[in-house]
Formats: sequence, structure tokens, C-alpha cells
Amino acid sequence: MDFLGSELLAIAPVLSVTILSLLVLVVESLVTDSEKISYWVSVFGLLICGAISISTLDLTGNVFNHMVNVGGYGSLFATLFTTAALLTVVLSRDYLRKEHVSFGEFYLLILFSTVGMMLMAAAADLIIIFLGLELMSICLYVLAGFMRKRSISNEAALKYFLLGAFATGFLLFGIALLYGAAGTTNISYIVENYGKLAASPLFWVGLGLLMVGFAFKVGGVPFHMWIPDVYQGSPTTVSGFMATGAKAAAFSAFILVFAHQEFESGEKVHTALAFIAAASMIVGNIVAISQSNVKRMLAYSSIAHAGYMLAGLAAGNQLGRTGILFYLVTYTFMNIGAFGVLSVLEREEEKNLTFDDYAGLGTKRPFLAALMSIFMLSLAGIPPFAGFFGKYYVFVAAINAHLTWLVIVGVLTSVISVYYYLRLVMMMYFQESELQFTQPSSVSSLAVLTIAALAVVEIGVFPSSILSLINNLY
Amino acid sequence: MYNLVSYITLLPLLGFLINGLFGKKLHSERLSGLIGSGVIGASFTIAAMMFLEMLRTPVEDRSHVITVFNWMSAGSLSINVAYQVDQLSILMTLIVTGVGFLIHVYSIGYMHGDPAFWRFFAYLNLFIFMMLNLVLANNFLLMFLGWEGVGLCSYLLIGFWHDKKFDTGGYKTGSATTSDAAKKAFVVNRIGDFGFLIAMFLIFNLFGSLTFEDVFSRASALVTAGDKTIFWITLLLFVGATGKSAQIPLFVWLPDAMAGPTPVSALIHAATMVTAGVYMVARCSILYALAPATMEIVAIIGVATALFAATMGLVQNDIKKVLAYSTISQLGYMFLGLGVGGFASGIFHVMTHAFFKALLFLGAGAVIHAMHEEQDIQNMGGLKSKMPTTYKTFLVAALAIAGIPPLSGFFSKDEILFRAFTQGSVVFWLIGWVTAGLTAFYMFRLVSLTFEGEERWGHDKHPHEAPRVMTVPLIVLAVLSIVGGLVGIPVSLGGGNAIEHWLEPVFERAQTHLSTATEISSSLEYILMAASVIAGIAGIYLARLLYLKRTEVATKLSTSFKGIYRLLWNKYYVDEVYDVTVVTPTVKISDKLLWKGVDVNVIDGMVNVTAKLTAGASGWLRRIQGGVAQGYALAFVVGVIVILGILILR
Repeated sequence: MDFLGSELLAIAPVLSVTILSLLVLVVESLVTDSEKISYWVSVFGLLICGAISISTLDLTGNVFNHMVNVGGYGSLFATLFTTAALLTVVLSRDYLRKEHVSFGEFYLLILFSTVGMMLMAAAADLIIIFLGLELMSICLYVLAGFMRKRSISNEAALKYFLLGAFATGFLLFGIALLYGAAGTTNISYIVENYGKLAASPLFWVGLGLLMVGFAFKVGGVPFHMWIPDVYQGSPTTVSGFMATGAKAAAFSAFILVFAHQEFESGEKVHTALAFIAAASMIVGNIVAISQSNVKRMLAYSSIAHAGYMLAGLAAGNQLGRTGILFYLVTYTFMNIGAFGVLSVLEREEEKNLTFDDYAGLGTKRPFLAALMSIFMLSLAGIPPFAGFFGKYYVFVAAINAHLTWLVIVGVLTSVISVYYYLRLVMMMYFQESELQFTQPSSVSSLAVLTIAALAVVEIGVFPSSILSLINNLY
Repeated sequence: MYNLVSYITLLPLLGFLINGLFGKKLHSERLSGLIGSGVIGASFTIAAMMFLEMLRTPVEDRSHVITVFNWMSAGSLSINVAYQVDQLSILMTLIVTGVGFLIHVYSIGYMHGDPAFWRFFAYLNLFIFMMLNLVLANNFLLMFLGWEGVGLCSYLLIGFWHDKKFDTGGYKTGSATTSDAAKKAFVVNRIGDFGFLIAMFLIFNLFGSLTFEDVFSRASALVTAGDKTIFWITLLLFVGATGKSAQIPLFVWLPDAMAGPTPVSALIHAATMVTAGVYMVARCSILYALAPATMEIVAIIGVATALFAATMGLVQNDIKKVLAYSTISQLGYMFLGLGVGGFASGIFHVMTHAFFKALLFLGAGAVIHAMHEEQDIQNMGGLKSKMPTTYKTFLVAALAIAGIPPLSGFFSKDEILFRAFTQGSVVFWLIGWVTAGLTAFYMFRLVSLTFEGEERWGHDKHPHEAPRVMTVPLIVLAVLSIVGGLVGIPVSLGGGNAIEHWLEPVFERAQTHLSTATEISSSLEYILMAASVIAGIAGIYLARLLYLKRTEVATKLSTSFKGIYRLLWNKYYVDEVYDVTVVTPTVKISDKLLWKGVDVNVIDGMVNVTAKLTAGASGWLRRIQGGVAQGYALAFVVGVIVILGILILR
């Protein structure tokens, strides 16, 4: 019992969010008109869970018979996920009211998917990754269709579910094949015995299918097709959560399995990753320029950003791993911010979502326009904002790994990306329109967006603040 | 104690942020002015406390490096935001914050009623922040940040009244505004900055570091090893200094910079920013000591500028232009001092000049205010009874700059001339001596025409004394102009030359490489002193004679020496020459060839073709996204095949 107690204590971050979820579940089933209570319980609970995650950063080791890792890497991601969940929850309240779908279940689903994400990042075993992935995904399928009376939301949910199930099949099959080749699903065992296992084609097929499964979740080309439709159809704040939390979770597992010293000789793995990275950067950025809907543009932009991060993974060196983690942290803030501004300005029935609708925002809503400009400039990778350093680190890592061609693709497509990010800034400041932005924005939403913008600036000016955290992990 | 140094710089930044972000919303001149001056006053207090602390500590413990944070590191380059607190930088900090504080207070009165009052104080605070970074930096890059920053603030403040008309003095036809003057200052400064930048690259290439201590401690070993780069480094740094400190050939921007509000001229274009070049050369004294050829160039440029600018000052009629040329000339003196190895004398003159020249400008500002924006001294006269305080303080400053003992200017100028004679050459001294006479002459021409003689202004003007908020800074500066020189009384006059001893440790390294002057008999020193006093008195006497008693002689002189007069009046046609040789060709080439030729056809053409191709690709690629889930799954399967292909077949 004592043994179990200490193990439970060791996974306090996951456990605390689980308890919080169950608490909200109980509230939902017992209290009528529970939305308000659920909201506040979620907000304060997430604050506490975030604090717990931070406090476990220094722990190491694994528990439950080599199933779950403790502290360090998992805790860093746990902090990131709780932050993303918290920002999303606060932003969602106004949005859900506006769309007349203000139900407490929303927060419940966000919390459960957060548990799934945290499990993925803390996994020491492929089965735990799968468990976390499914928990996260199923919640997100429901969240995607949360505006159930709207056909586009239903379409998003169904497409996400169909393709997600399809991809999960590949992932699970991959795990099965790896088990067949290695006789275990323990990640560190598989990695340590890489040399022995590499002879078996079974191992390679298994690893390939696993890679495909993760690439689907992060939105790498050509497994990206669901992203534009799902992001566009889902509630805007959920899209933001998918693009940051879910993507980061998928990357956390991706890194756990694929970023290892042992693989540094594994040319093939990196070639495959570089292929997905290059395709993502090219397709994501090029298609984004012909979008007229800002939400859809951000969807393609998220594909492109997955490409940049995959470039860090393809580099397969220390700097690459540091680079992706840094990138994920910065990306979370700037993308939740961007989707957040969208959610504040959006009107019922998909209104105010095109580039043209943003004309003249700079004079009508100067504060929101300024925040959006910060997020756009950061996404475009322009210093002094955080996005610049994220890109810089992964590209340097790729150069060190002799993937110069990949960096050339990355830099050229980044140039293309500047077009569509700055197009929005240009619309906001240099165009006039009759359209009025009358919808109010609550103080809490603006506060969250300001925090995200400050984080983007702070990390951009003092990158070492995040970098030192990450470097402590390795 | 020394850790407080970051507050010295942070406070002005805070003032800038408050006034810059919320100034408009404050709706209160009083509050804006209070914040703007208050932060500088607080900075000055901290600096003064640090100075007192430094006085109490033994000499070897006076130099400190305070690291605030790591600014950037890439490869072998690591730059800290770190401040070098030592005898030289604390002196400069005291000048910048002290004189700066007085000018801020004065501005409350001067800028009263201006619709952009808050913006003025925001810019002034930003300037002080940048200037403090310049003088306190412990590495070249941070210094360069300040260097560029003060240039930017100078630009913003010269063009503060951006649509105000401004008289270029003929070289540019059409209607020029102060924005044009600001642009000229900025562009000319950029030319100098380019020199600074290249020098910095060379330094990093040679030393692998940009930190002063690293560079200065290794320099002499490298030169002994036969490295010639030091010459180019020092020369290029000096090119930067000629830009910032308005020396030949880049001095042309400073007279035009007078288009800005007068407190700006006092703070930036007299007391502080323009002395940045002098400070920088003094800071790098060891590098210059190792490059005797550059030292020679510095001295020649300095003395030539001193004479050249003084002659142009003789005939100007704009009260601020006279002071502008005088500033250029005095900066020339400072460089002469540096160039002959008298680093401390150069810095000494920076200090005394800050006092009396700021005073002159502020006094001029009071006059301009009283005369309703009239700047032509031919339309003034007889103001001494109307504005007694301004007159008296102005007179003190004029006597100080003319080198009349025991006022501050006498000691510092005399120190430079003495160094020029003993460590340089007789020619340097002679030119400097003539310039001293000219200085006294044009200053008292200014005093006579402005304050004395008959009233030459119309009845629509009612000059009156400036308000207290403006006169009190004048009085404080007047006191400083009188006593400021006492810290540098030479030994031969029974003083201790305290300032030279104070700065000695900073220039110690440099002095070991310079030939120390042999024992000079004090009789020679007395003769030189007497000579400069005579030059000063002669200049004053002549000016008063010509412009008060025998005014017809002045007119007669200008007609009988018409050629020389016109040459001086047109400032040796330097602006015109630059216009024909540099400005016009550059504009023409940029316009006809680079813009309409290369840019529009070649570069834009390439960009447009690329953009069209990308847009085409985008339209084609998006069609794959058909919206049908089965199609998505198909793409997925293609991906699976490719990935497995790579993993298994390769």
C-alpha cells in the first residue's frame, strides 16, 4: 500500500488533472445549471495542477513497473498542457455563450483530453502512449462537433473521427509489429536494442507505421488532410487547443520514440522524417497563401509549423530535441493567442472570419489588432518575437545534421509564409471597411490574450529563460 | 553600491515608457514634466552617491564591471549588457545626468503650451537612456547601441516640429522643413557609424571579443607582434567620431541641427551627444596610443576643425548658428587635446564645455522665447535691461568660453593648448591660440549685438525675463561655469590638477606608450597662459570696439573684404560642394539606375515571377483538398507506402 501510495504521488500531475476531471463530472451530473461552477472549478483546478506539474520538474525515474516516467520531460509537457488547457478554458467561455452552446461538459472534455496528453508525454511504454492518445482523441472528436446544430461542426467531428480511427489503426498495428519484433512494448528496451532489432524487417514496418500514426496527429503531409476541415469546423477555441495541446502531445510521444542517441546512426528514420518535414513545409505554406478564411489559413500554417518542428526531429541531434521543445512552448502561446483573437472577433454563423473582415481592425479595436500583429509576426518568425528563435534552433540543428537542403526548403517556405501572416496585419492597419466589431470582449479573454502576447515577447527577448528549463532535461 | 548602476539607466527608460505610452492620456504638462525631470534627477542622485563612494575607496578599487544580463551569445561571441563603472564613466554619467537634469527642468518652461509636450519629454528621457548606455557600456556593441540610439533621438528631436520651416542658408532651394535638417543629421551620422561598425568587425576579428577589458589588455601585445590592424581600427573609430562629434569632414549636419527646439541643441548638440566621439576616443586611449599615426590625424583634424569652424562663426547672424559653429570649434579643441596625448585634458574640456555651452544655448533659448522666435541677432540689441538674469549668466558663459581666468574655460582650454605645445608642435599651439582669439571675438560680437547697444527690434515685440523654471537652471549652470575649472588648476598655479589625477588610472595603459613630456619649466607655462589670456582679451576688446563703438568700421570691413566675407558667410561652400559631388550623384544614380532600372525591372521582376509561380502552385495544390474523406484516406495510404518504402528499401 505504501509502495502504491508513493507511486501515485510520483504521478501527481496526471493524477491531479484526473481527479479534477472526475470532480467536474460529478458536478455536471449532480448540479443543474452547472456551467458556471464547472468553469470556475476547472480554472482554479488547472492552476493548482499547473503548480503541481511545475513542482515535479526535478523528479526522475519511472513507476508502475516501467510504464510511466516521473518528472522532467513529462512534467515540462504537463505544465505546457495545463497552461494550454487553462488558456483555452478561459477563452472558450465567452465563445460558447456567443454560439449558444454554453455547456459545462465542454470543460470536462478539455480536462479529460488533457489527462490523455499528459499520459502521452509521461509514457515509458507504447501502450501508455496509445492509451493517452485515444483518451485525448476521443475527447477531441466530441469537442470538434460541440456545436452540434451546425453542419460544418458535425462534418468536422465525423471526418476527424473517421480519419483518426483510420490512423489509430495504423498506429496500433505498428505497436503490435514492434512487439512482435522486440517481444516488449517498453520504449527504452526497444531503443537500447536498436542494433539487434534493426536486422528485422518487421521492426522497420512497425516503426514506419508508428511514425505514420504520429505524423497524422501532428499534421504532417501527406497525413494532414483532415486538419483544414476539422480546424475550420470546430469551435475556434477548440481548434486552438488542437493546434497547440494536441499537437504538442503528439510531438511529445513522437520525440519519446524517435529522438534518441541510438537512432543518430539511423539514417533511414531521419530521411523519412525529413521527407514529411519538407512536404509539410511546402504544402502548408503554399496552400495557406490562397486561403481567404483566416481560420483555415491558420490550419495550413499549423501544418507548416509541424514541418519546421519535424525538421528538428529529422536532425536527430541534441540541438534538434532542444529546438522542438522550445518551438512547442513558443508555438503554444502564439497559436492559442491567434485562435483566441479569432474567437473573440468571430460572430455567430461563421461571420467575421475572412481576411476582408479584418480590414480596419487597427483603428476599431487597436488593442486586439496589436495583439494579433504580435502573434502573426511571431508565427512568421520575425525577431524579437519568440517564433524566430524556435525556427532558428531547429534550422541550426538541421544544418548541423547535414540536412542543408531541408533548411533551404524551410527558409524559402518561411519567406512565403510571411506573405499570408503580414497580409492579415496589412488588412488590419492599411485597409478601411464599414464593418463594425461590436461584439464585446470580456476582461478575462483579453487578459489571457495579453498573457500569451507577453509570453511571446518575453521568450523572444530572453530565450534563455525557456532554454535553461529544457536543457535541464537532458 | 555599484550594483545600483542599472537603475541609473533604467530610470530614464522608465520615464520614456511612462511619457511615451501614457503621456497623451496624462493631459498634464506638470505631471509629464515632473516625471521626465524627476527620473533624471533620481539618476543623477544615484550617480552622485556612487561618485562619493568612489572618492572614499582607494584608487585600485575604483573600477567595477556590473553585469546586468547576458544579451546574446552565438558561437564565440558573447555579449553582456554590462556596465563599466570607473573614474571616466562616472564623470561622464554625472555630466549627462546633471546637465541633463537642468535642461529637463528648463524645458518645462521652454516647451510650455506645446501640444506634444509629453512626447518631447519622452524623447529626452530616451536620449538620456541611450547616452548613459553609451558612456557606461563595458563593450563596443552596447556602446554602439547607445551610439545609434542617441543618433535616433537626435533625429527625432531635431525634427520635433516636423513641419516647421527652416532656413538652410542657401544650399538647398525650395521650402525645407526641420524634417530635412533631421534627415541630414541622420544620414551624415550614418556615414560615421559605418566606420564605427567596420572598426567593430575588425576588433572582433582581431581580438575575438568586443569587451573593452579583453581588447585593451591584449592590444599592446598584438602591436609588439607587428600587427598593423590597430591603425585601421582606430582610424575607422575616429571616422565614427567625426560624424557624431561634427568634425571635418562630417561636421555639416550640426549647424542644420539647430532647427530643433533650443533645449535639444543645448543637451544633445552641445553638452552631451556631440562629445560622445571624444569620450569614445578617450575610452580607447590605449588603442590610439598604439597607433601614433592616427593620433597625428586626430590632432590635425581637431585643430583644423577648431580654426575652420571659428572663422565661420565670425559672420553668422543666427544666434544659434553662432553657438553651433562655436561648438564644432570647441570639439575640435577636445580632439586636439586627445590627439597630442592629453586624454585627461580633452575630457576636462568636455566637462567645462558642457557647463558653459549648455548655458549659452539655454540663454539663447530664453532670448528667442522673449523675442517671439526671432533668431537674427541683427534684429536684437539692448536686451540686457529687459532680461538681466539671462544677460548676466550669458556673459559669464561668454567669458568662460573666451578663456578669461579664473573661469572654467580658461583652465581646460589652457591645459589643451599647453599639451599641444609641449607634446604636439608649435603649429598646433599657434592655430589653437589664434582660434582662442577668434572665439573671444565671435562670442562678444554675439553678446554685444544681442544684449548691448541700441534696440533694433520692432515695437510689436515685448521682451521680458524668462520664468523662474528657466532662469534657475541658468544660474546653476553659471555657477558651474565659474567654479567648474577649479578641479583642474595646474600645479604651476598652486592647484593639484585634481581631474587629471582622478582620470590617471583610466589612461595609465595609454600613457606608458606615449613619450612623457620632459620637465617643462613653469616659466614657459606662465608665458603660454599669458598669451592665451591676451588673445582672449584682445578678441573681446576688438568685438566690443567693432560692434558697439565703431559700428561703421564693421560694415566697412565686410564691404572691403567682400570676397572673404562671402566665403565665410557661405561656410566655404562646403554644403554646396557636398551637394554637387556626393548628394546629387547619389540621388541621381539611385533614382535613374538603381530604382527605375535595377529595382523595378530586375528585382521586382524576379519577385513578381516567383510570386506568380507560388500563387499558381497554391491554386493547384489546394485542389487536392477536395473535401471528401475517402480522398484523404487515399493520400494517407500513399504516404504510408512512401514512408515504408524509405524505411525498408533503403
